Amino acid sequence: MDAMEKAWGYIPPRPSATFDKHAIAEIRRAAATGIYDIRGGGTKRKVPHFDDLLFLGASMSRYPLEGYRERCDTSVVLGARFAKKPIELAIPVTIAGMSFGALSAQAKEALGRGAGLAGTSTTTGDGGMTPEERGQSRTLVYQYLPSRYGMNPDDLRKADAIEIVVGQGAKPGGGGMLLGQKISDRVAQMRSLPMGIDQRSACRHPDWTGADDLEIKILELRELTGWEKPIYLKIGASRPYYDVALAVKAGADVVVLDGMQGGTAATQDVFIEHVGIPILAAIRSAVQSLQDLGQHRKVQLIVSGGIRSGADVAKALALGADAVAVGTAALIALGDNDPKYETEYQALGTTAGCYDDWHEGRDPAGITTQDPVLTARLDPVLAGRRLANYLKVITLEAQTIARACGKSRLHNLEPEDLVALTVEAAAMTRLPLAGTSWIPGL
Amino acid sequence: MNQVNIAERSPRDLREFRPSNFKREIDLLTTSLRELNEMLQGLRNDTARDEASFRVTNPDGAHALAVGIDAPLDVEIAGHVGYYCGGMNKWARIVIDGNAGPGVGENMMSGLIHVRGDASQCAGATAHGGLLLIDGNASARCGISMKGVDIVVKGDIGHLSGFMGQTGRLVAFGDAGEALGDSLYEARIYVRGKVESFGADCIEKELRDEHRAELFALLRQAGEAHRVDVSEFRRYGSARKLYNFHIDNTGAY
Repeated sequence: MDAMEKAWGYIPPRPSATFDKHAIAEIRRAAATGIYDIRGGGTKRKVPHFDDLLFLGASMSRYPLEGYRERCDTSVVLGARFAKKPIELAIPVTIAGMSFGALSAQAKEALGRGAGLAGTSTTTGDGGMTPEERGQSRTLVYQYLPSRYGMNPDDLRKADAIEIVVGQGAKPGGGGMLLGQKISDRVAQMRSLPMGIDQRSACRHPDWTGADDLEIKILELRELTGWEKPIYLKIGASRPYYDVALAVKAGADVVVLDGMQGGTAATQDVFIEHVGIPILAAIRSAVQSLQDLGQHRKVQLIVSGGIRSGADVAKALALGADAVAVGTAALIALGDNDPKYETEYQALGTTAGCYDDWHEGRDPAGITTQDPVLTARLDPVLAGRRLANYLKVITLEAQTIARACGKSRLHNLEPEDLVALTVEAAAMTRLPLAGTSWIPGL
Repeated sequence: MNQVNIAERSPRDLREFRPSNFKREIDLLTTSLRELNEMLQGLRNDTARDEASFRVTNPDGAHALAVGIDAPLDVEIAGHVGYYCGGMNKWARIVIDGNAGPGVGENMMSGLIHVRGDASQCAGATAHGGLLLIDGNASARCGISMKGVDIVVKGDIGHLSGFMGQTGRLVAFGDAGEALGDSLYEARIYVRGKVESFGADCIEKELRDEHRAELFALLRQAGEAHRVDVSEFRRYGSARKLYNFHIDNTGAY
């Protein structure tokens, strides 16, 4: 014990709040490797989210529905604005776009199986449509991305809907990234690329720029598919009011709005953590935009980015969304980050629940990899069943809340059913702070 | 499953193509875009030759004309067309007797699209197969993200042509604008005139006999083989230095 400790007692070392251990580790890593950190998933920082909202439930002025007896409809129709064949889903929870390439063929098949069992849709990604995925997906949304890997009119016509991807929540303004480790022979062939290269997809579409061009592109896609398929437009949450207005102007049937918690297969950490806004902050602006144009519930709004539970689903719908999409949660349901592989996660320098190096292709769970030994670990039938279970549970949870609010349809949930727990969430969602009638900014 | 060669077959040889003398005339003043496309898309490979030839009049710059055809039809469009003419074409021979707007032949899979005038931006964008022949000039980003198509431009090509070209061949009889072949993958570029500048990772490569032969065969398909000397072209391709990320290459972008 030195003299100072004798005099004053133990003085603990004081870490910097600015240079915290993650910031220091990142500086050291950048200096040592000469490359920015690339990872999968969405933002890991704490941002305002659905947890900052609460339902009020029924009481003296409203009466609830019996939880296990009275009907609470969960179905949703997407794409009735212009498409001859809109999609009807049994539940308002869809599977977000994830590519074959980023995911194994088994994982894609499992997503299709699970979505089919639950009565909802799944979505292709930046790698084209695989026969397994089409075969196992009752309702398949085909993404139309800047890269157009594997894009062809036959697959376009096999799709049930077309999703034009402008951006995604993890990286609004960024393109796809699939590093060499995951460019297997089959992935390379589907993308018309050499094996083993770092594939960095374009961030802009090659043949249209801006909403006026997009209107013509949508016309072309409709002409290509006989005006049958709903056209979705996916945007990363950044300027939702104007982006949604432009999407409506361009002729979209459905707008998919993805917040910064939405996952990506691989992107720079700096992009994931610092570009785009949380989904909670985007929904009301998007809904307002639709309402101002007289298109709310006519152009459907699908929101995504951090949807985990039925409470999240119910809150998103109450704020005005027509459906939600899950990506990260769906992968977890399949078996991603399963603690049974803890030893292997530790060997990769991480732990179950934190593994996000999806781009490296060494996923012990066999989901975000093309390694045949690892992919064989995922049983598509069993994993599909697990996903269906999860989707049904969160739908049931949402129904439980809706009935408690006296709603016979999930879509009858409304902002009036909600309050905010924090001033920030109240301002973002234009809901009153709990226990008050105060809506900041209004 | 091999999906590289999703283009069904090589482009027609223009010289050998003998369209029917009978062409059904479709006037876009009295026929809607939807009616035209629905009819063309409804025809299949077994369509009789006399029923597979069309002359479309009064296009007046309409967009999305003759898109998504899935049969060896002969479609002549008498006039200028707007965006995306012949988009995702399979099998058909589409002749545009005028200028073409942006994205002519976008994502075409096979067949032949012949623009007798000039083409706007993004001609042949992301196209997987077939031949796109442009008698005049092509504007910026000609062959952007091309995935197997052959593009022959008898005039100049604009800036960023061949951007992120994956496979296929882009040929210009005239000059190329700035940033030719930026971020090129394995597409091959032949330019007879001068190149304003190269994009990231695009370099000139030696034009050897095998390349002259390849170019001659391609020009023969386009019906242009004996009109230009293939030795006058220069060959450009990817230096492949940016295929895998390295921090010391960031200045290249």
